[in-house]
Amino acid sequence: MSIGHTLLGLLESGPRHGYDLKRAFDEKFGHDRPLHYGQVYSTMSRLLKNGLVEVGGVEAGGGPERKRYAITDAGITDVQRWLETPQKPGEYLQSPLYTKVVLALLTRRDAAKILDVQRSEQLRGMRTLTDRKSKGDWADQLICDHALSHLAADLRWLEPTAARLDKLRKAVTR
Amino acid sequence: MTTSPTGSLLAAHDLRKAYGPTRALDGAEFSVHPGEVVAIMGPSGSGKSTLLHCLAGIVPPDSGSITYNGRELTAMSDAQRSALRRSEFGFVFQFGQLVPELTCVENVALPLRLNGSSRKDAERTARGWMARLEVDDLTAKRPGEVSGGQGQRVAVARALVTGPRLLFADEPTGALDSSNGERVMELLTEAARSTNAAVVLVTHETRVAAYSDREVVVRDGRSRDMERAV
Amino acid sequence: MGARFALTGGREGWVRMTLTAVGVGLGVALLLLCTALPNVFAARGKVEDARFDNTFTYSQKAPPKADNTFLIVDTDTTWHDDDVRGRLLEPEGKRAPLPPGVDSFPGEGEMVVSPALKDLLASDDAKLLRERLPYKITGTIGESGLIGSHELAYYAGASGLKLTEFSPVHRLTEYGKPDAKAEKTDPVLLLMILVVFLVLLTPVAVFIAAAVRFGGERRDRRLAALRLVGADRHMTRRIAAGEALAGALLGLVVGTGFFLLGRRTLGSTEVLGVSVWPSYLDPSPLLAALVAVAVPVAAVLVTLLAMRGVVVEPLGVVRAATQHRRRLWWRLLLPLAGLAMLYPMIGKGHRNGEFNQYLVIGGVLLLLIGVTALLPWAVEAVVVRLGKGALSWQLAVRRLQLSSGTAARMVNGIAVAVAGAIALQMLFAGTQSQYVKATGQDPGRVQMQVEFSDRKPLSGVEREFTGTKGVRTAVALAISQYGDTRRDPENSNGLTVGTCTALRELAALPSCKDGDVFVTRTRSGYEDPSNAAEIAVVKPGRQLYIDPSYGDAGERGIEAPWTVPANTRVVDARKDALVESNSVLVTPAALPAEAAPALASDGVYLRIDPSVPEAREYARNVAARIDPLAHTYSWSATQEDEKYASIRTGLFVGSAFVLALIGASLLVSQLEQLRERRKLLSVLIAFGTRRRTLSLSVLWQTALPVGLGLVLATTVGVTLGSVLLKMTRTPVAMDWASVLTMTGVGAAVVGVVTLLSLPPLLRMMRPEGLRTE
Repeated sequence: MSIGHTLLGLLESGPRHGYDLKRAFDEKFGHDRPLHYGQVYSTMSRLLKNGLVEVGGVEAGGGPERKRYAITDAGITDVQRWLETPQKPGEYLQSPLYTKVVLALLTRRDAAKILDVQRSEQLRGMRTLTDRKSKGDWADQLICDHALSHLAADLRWLEPTAARLDKLRKAVTR
Repeated sequence: MTTSPTGSLLAAHDLRKAYGPTRALDGAEFSVHPGEVVAIMGPSGSGKSTLLHCLAGIVPPDSGSITYNGRELTAMSDAQRSALRRSEFGFVFQFGQLVPELTCVENVALPLRLNGSSRKDAERTARGWMARLEVDDLTAKRPGEVSGGQGQRVAVARALVTGPRLLFADEPTGALDSSNGERVMELLTEAARSTNAAVVLVTHETRVAAYSDREVVVRDGRSRDMERAV
Repeated sequence: MGARFALTGGREGWVRMTLTAVGVGLGVALLLLCTALPNVFAARGKVEDARFDNTFTYSQKAPPKADNTFLIVDTDTTWHDDDVRGRLLEPEGKRAPLPPGVDSFPGEGEMVVSPALKDLLASDDAKLLRERLPYKITGTIGESGLIGSHELAYYAGASGLKLTEFSPVHRLTEYGKPDAKAEKTDPVLLLMILVVFLVLLTPVAVFIAAAVRFGGERRDRRLAALRLVGADRHMTRRIAAGEALAGALLGLVVGTGFFLLGRRTLGSTEVLGVSVWPSYLDPSPLLAALVAVAVPVAAVLVTLLAMRGVVVEPLGVVRAATQHRRRLWWRLLLPLAGLAMLYPMIGKGHRNGEFNQYLVIGGVLLLLIGVTALLPWAVEAVVVRLGKGALSWQLAVRRLQLSSGTAARMVNGIAVAVAGAIALQMLFAGTQSQYVKATGQDPGRVQMQVEFSDRKPLSGVEREFTGTKGVRTAVALAISQYGDTRRDPENSNGLTVGTCTALRELAALPSCKDGDVFVTRTRSGYEDPSNAAEIAVVKPGRQLYIDPSYGDAGERGIEAPWTVPANTRVVDARKDALVESNSVLVTPAALPAEAAPALASDGVYLRIDPSVPEAREYARNVAARIDPLAHTYSWSATQEDEKYASIRTGLFVGSAFVLALIGASLLVSQLEQLRERRKLLSVLIAFGTRRRTLSLSVLWQTALPVGLGLVLATTVGVTLGSVLLKMTRTPVAMDWASVLTMTGVGAAVVGVVTLLSLPPLLRMMRPEGLRTE
């Protein structure tokens, strides 16, 4: 995930200072990992340097002085470009599970057991996500769904593989 | 695994069942604890549904034992098993389970009426369950007039209306799209948990199986309880 | 295109096709049979006319003996309950004609027999009949001489038959009615025949209409699949029509097969005492052609009509018919129009001329069709108001509410058949008195009478019977006439002559010796029950004449003078007198010797011991031994007009066929419905539903519409019956027994069907139905 683009996007709805940016990010995208303050300020100074944001004024509040950041036109264009660029689909050609199964087959270990354990593990993960999804808000639901889909996709590979392990063993060990 | 796990509500040991030359079950094991949701998974044709039918006392196995609450199911007469299904079990199937000529509320009230409740009482309780499953606006509709998801919710309400200790669900979301299916699963598990009913869930969909506490995989008529297999 | 679909629709298509074809086939076979019925009557009549030999009703004078004459005498007898037609034949010349169906005259002591009689005589239990017909079988009678394959008949050769004045022997030159002219049919009988046909055929038509719709719901689903791949509404309609047409055409073929089979079977069996030859069952070509055209056309029309209420969409079938309530007015219009058509003919009856056949057909048809139109409405109207009750009841009622039309269609046939049958039963019961004649015989008094061919009394003939097995009492009587003058007497009456033993069977005699005369005080059924006038005539000492003469040119009687003896007594007739035609009872010695030729034998009256099984056969054999030409009569209380009896028989035979047919169709559609619900039944069983609950709900589901159907059928039937009775000017009387019988029979058919559908239902309720993978 590009933190820079995310923070830029948050600024599009209006200028904010760093603390607010962190809060907004955590609320919507943070999920498990809150954003570090240092990360916010280092990112913002990079964006300033690139002319994607500008400092819209300094608030003299109760505490230390706070900069308000606002997005520039170049920043808006940059967000637009980022959103329009498709994510590169994950390449799973070097999946460790694949490696494990082939190795088990080659060494005549119980590949079915590996798959069963993996399924169990995947399901355990899916159960947690499902539980969180049904208790959480819309954001939780969206992200959990995404994760669930990935886990389910692995299982969709796992089931037919398990069903033809015998054939696979013959092919691999030939 | 020769004895049924202690504390289990329903336990089956070494179940065998053949339909003609086809061996649907070939030494299957199973157990479910009170309040537990267990998913039965496996490729199609692996004997999932047959296992469910045997566990529910619908089809007697050729051999093996099934213990429900300390009682041996295979030793019961057909009438006794029917009475057990009426009073202790609930059922949800994939489709074609609602009586088309009865209204939705009458369908939900059906198991209560089978147990001898008066029509009025049965339909009042039925309405309550329909509200819990968010289909209380369908009471006067016939099954032909409601959507697939709504129909399944009505079916879930019907399965839970008697307060069963064990709910059997055979591909309950099989005919639904994923969002409708998940909503039905959510409502089903929620309702089952609130009444501490155990659920035996047959499904081939992992997203649906994820609503379970534990899964049992059936392959070639043999089951593998993953909790203890690990 | 539809036909191709029907034929290539896979296993399901074939099953549906077979059901329809068999259903339509049964209906067609029955229709063809009905079109052949007129032929049956005509053919039987033709044979009866051709072999007719009872000429004394036509010409008084026998032709003189010649080269081409023959003598014939009627020796009909009865074997158990079957009539045996018997003739003794004696050709008097070389050119004497042979009876129809006979190749050569049987010689003396020989006979030619019908195949059925040959079989009967060859069987073990016909020993007594073999004794009665002691002739050698030399040939068989052909089809042209018999009215049915099961007719019992023989021609025996004889010699020395005498053609005397009172002998039953006739001399003939040919067979056949000299002027065989169609009898003018009694209008009431014609009305009955018409109504019988309509009553039998309407349910058949209803049945065919139902058969065409066998498996209709599945077909609609298949059509929906065709819509999905691009067929438009017109095309689905064409396809459905094509399927119906194919089914109907196949049905015609199957029906013809059934008919040919049935024809052979009917030709070799006997139904209620009536047997026919297969060739009699040739349908009249015009009517057969009508059937061949009407059935397919009707099939297509019914299908299109049924599809009007159904919208076949690509993704399923929408039943438009369930949306709006059925309307009453046009349904009521049908029976009302029927009544209106019958109304102008009220009171025509026997006296006021003929009925308009078209109006009768139209009226009766509309009334009966009205039942099929009213029934769906009635079922719907009633079922909507039901609901409370046990679960099985609720399931049944709800099901009926959802598809009351299907339910009504199922019982339509039964309702129409029952309505028609009730109307006919009323018509029959009402007009019975006109066609069933009281014979004046009382089987309580006497069970058999033997009449000899010779009028001369055979003295002591009763003794031949008294030793016979199963005969309790045998009484021989002679009769004559007396008058108070020699010629044209003012007072004249009959007298009965018998021994004291014989007369004691007629009246309560205080004492009796030969030479006594008695006059009975009562003559039941006569205008003067105290019989005062006759007692006044037969006064002791009065001069009377036995066998007086009448008219001028008439043959002279014996005119034997008779003085009424002094010891003539007035007595009471026995209530159970063997015969009570005469009040003057005379012992033989009381008459002068010259009166003897005036006495005519009245035969022998027999009381039979009912506990002896073959008593009547023994008595008949004795009579045949004494006089081969003797006739024996078994007495019965009433005698039906023969034609009337055959119409009634026809109705019973037809009703039996039709109800069996409808029962079969009920069963088929019942099973089809159950099959469609197999999955649901399994689910309900999984729930723990008791099998009893489901079976009961199936029973209610049939019983409800059937009950309504029978109520409606009774109403319409009674109405039609009353109108028909009014038309024949017969007082309207309710024949509740027959109403109950007919509704009972209708209900029984449904009961049997439900019973037969229970085993498949129980089989379907097994949980295996849950397996869908």
